Amino acid sequence: MIYEASTTAVILFITFVLFVLGLSFYFARKTKSAEGYFAAGGTISWQVNGIAFAGDYLSAASFLGICGMIAFSGYDGFLYSIGYLAGWVVALFVVAEPMKRLGKYTFTDALDSKFNSKQIQLMAAISTLIVSIFYLIPQMVGAGALVTPLLGLPHYVGVIMVGAIVIFIVATAGMTSTTYVQFIKGALLIVFSTVLTVAVCKNGINLTPYDHYNQFKTLDVLTENGKVSAISDETYQLIGQVEHAGYVFAKLNKDGQSRWWMLKDQTLTETLSITLKSDGTRLYNGAPKEERKFFQVGHASKIIVDGKEVDKTGPLGPFEFFETIENSTIVRFEKTKFQYESDEVNVWYSNPTPGNKIMRPGLQFKVDDAGFMGKLNFISLMLALFFGTAALPHILIRYYTVPSQRDARKSTIVAIASIGFFYILTLYMGLGAMINGVLDVESSNMAAPLLAKFFGVALFSVISAIAFATVLGTVSGLIVASSGAVAHDLVNKYMGIEMTSERKVYLGKLSAVVVGILAIGLGIMFKGMNVSFLVGWAFSVAASANLPAILMLLFWKKTTAQGIASSILVGIVSAMGIILFSPSMYVNYGLEASAAPIGLDNPGIISIPLSFLTLVIVSLMTQKQKKS
Amino acid sequence: MDHGPSVELGEDLASEKKSKLGLKLFFVYTLVYFGFVLINTINPTLMEKQIMFGLNLAVVYGMGLIIFAIILGLAYNKICSNYEDQLNNKEEQV
Repeated sequence: MIYEASTTAVILFITFVLFVLGLSFYFARKTKSAEGYFAAGGTISWQVNGIAFAGDYLSAASFLGICGMIAFSGYDGFLYSIGYLAGWVVALFVVAEPMKRLGKYTFTDALDSKFNSKQIQLMAAISTLIVSIFYLIPQMVGAGALVTPLLGLPHYVGVIMVGAIVIFIVATAGMTSTTYVQFIKGALLIVFSTVLTVAVCKNGINLTPYDHYNQFKTLDVLTENGKVSAISDETYQLIGQVEHAGYVFAKLNKDGQSRWWMLKDQTLTETLSITLKSDGTRLYNGAPKEERKFFQVGHASKIIVDGKEVDKTGPLGPFEFFETIENSTIVRFEKTKFQYESDEVNVWYSNPTPGNKIMRPGLQFKVDDAGFMGKLNFISLMLALFFGTAALPHILIRYYTVPSQRDARKSTIVAIASIGFFYILTLYMGLGAMINGVLDVESSNMAAPLLAKFFGVALFSVISAIAFATVLGTVSGLIVASSGAVAHDLVNKYMGIEMTSERKVYLGKLSAVVVGILAIGLGIMFKGMNVSFLVGWAFSVAASANLPAILMLLFWKKTTAQGIASSILVGIVSAMGIILFSPSMYVNYGLEASAAPIGLDNPGIISIPLSFLTLVIVSLMTQKQKKS
Repeated sequence: MDHGPSVELGEDLASEKKSKLGLKLFFVYTLVYFGFVLINTINPTLMEKQIMFGLNLAVVYGMGLIIFAIILGLAYNKICSNYEDQLNNKEEQV
């Protein structure tokens, strides 16, 4: 899809970035000690910390990823909202205060507080790094996805920009500047998402979202043996046909333009297509990108209000909005891919979906008829989200920035309230994108910003700047966590190299730079993947590697150091192993999804119990060593 | 000691009580959460059923989980603060 930069957007964007950099400079002067760098000196108030939690947590995955998934697959995207938020319950009720008491700067500190074990120090630090990097990838991808429409620059430029700015923020003032960036971003995100939600409800649902919205043409045809034999409208010539995945696609030519159409009964319907020709050129709906034959989609094909069919609803109340969608039919777009002669053709065809299917799980996560594996995958996901939040290193370290346990608790509640409220809004924003003809089929991540654009360039610019800040906030938090893992956990503790506070800070900053550069590289590599999906993986690894260790340390007296270290190792290996051999990754490698040895995309249901089991068994086996 | 809190913390006499409460609330929430997961796996079409205000079970239960988490959080905070005030300030009162 073609995106153009707008001057307002660019100006707002630059202003925001300069402000953030200025803030970092200001705090840099105060951040000399290790306490200051890694834990903001323990001076952050619970109110600020609470919103900073929200700002840290509500990353590109939440805003872009979830809204995008809801826009394309309905309620299934909202499952992530529910799961992410439920995870905070675990964090609050089980983990927050104890972690505060146990740890100094990092998650590793807390785990190691009773043992002083090299194994734990090593494994926990590695786990922190792996989870942080897994979490970084979708953030960087999100950054690239945003900068493209905002500034008209290619994906990799956005990634490099974010990387550079964050490295600067973290390297100058660590946790302090990070906290305030996250606070600002959290507050802005919630305020403007509210504005967007209100706009969506006031706009209602229209069969024709806007004047120049594409009218999907249909053509009557005659068929023979399931394929097209003649077209009623003689201005179209039939060039070729392909049978694929149970559908028939026909290539038609009119006035020198060729387009792909899909056959349903005796009708051909327009589709969107991107064709990769063997010479490397790409055709969007049969023409080069510049000719702008590609268009945005998403509309209702039938709107029912109070049992009657209407062309448009007026403004809708928050409940009415959901109710109307439940009773209506929305046209979604499904993707498929086939070979035609020497071309690789990617087609998006319309799939009118009843509202009551959209408003419940099932379109993406096949709970209905996919059998055992489908259901297992779903449970696995919900498990990972539930247990993952409390185990994310960059969230855990935020407990160390407040002065007391009481503040740790209060800030967690502020976080839960703001995050919960935001997640409620995601369902409105995602559905709003689905029905207002704004979707770019190439990028589900763009759904929310494009929805904002529908309501005006000003809102679009602000939302994009916030989304960009969103990435900055989360990436900063992740890099602080990673730099802590390297400087404090690995070098200082594990390798036993004594350092002055200043040296530690210096090393922390150096690690920040290195991890930042790594993140940039990965962000460029993973372009195009839905960010929420990628984050789900970070959660799975965190839930498998970290949480069993935390829970057992807090609640089981027989936990030993070896038990903890082994469970982290098993958690990491099993979670990553299952992910690397999962159907989704196979598709990424270019192979068939069915060739994947384990049919699970989400490892949680296997890796989490496995990790617990390992901890228990190894702890019981090493009880003697503990006593001596 | 190099591990341990980054900030000086006093003794917290209420911590065991708070922990127990936290666990209880955690289990309650977990049950409700997994009720949601279970319905979706065993009887997904039930989620389409209209419950109130024209909303289906999926939306009501899903939103409900979010709101329930917030309510539980607020309740937990209130009770914990009470414990802390009662138990930790006892020494000063004597």
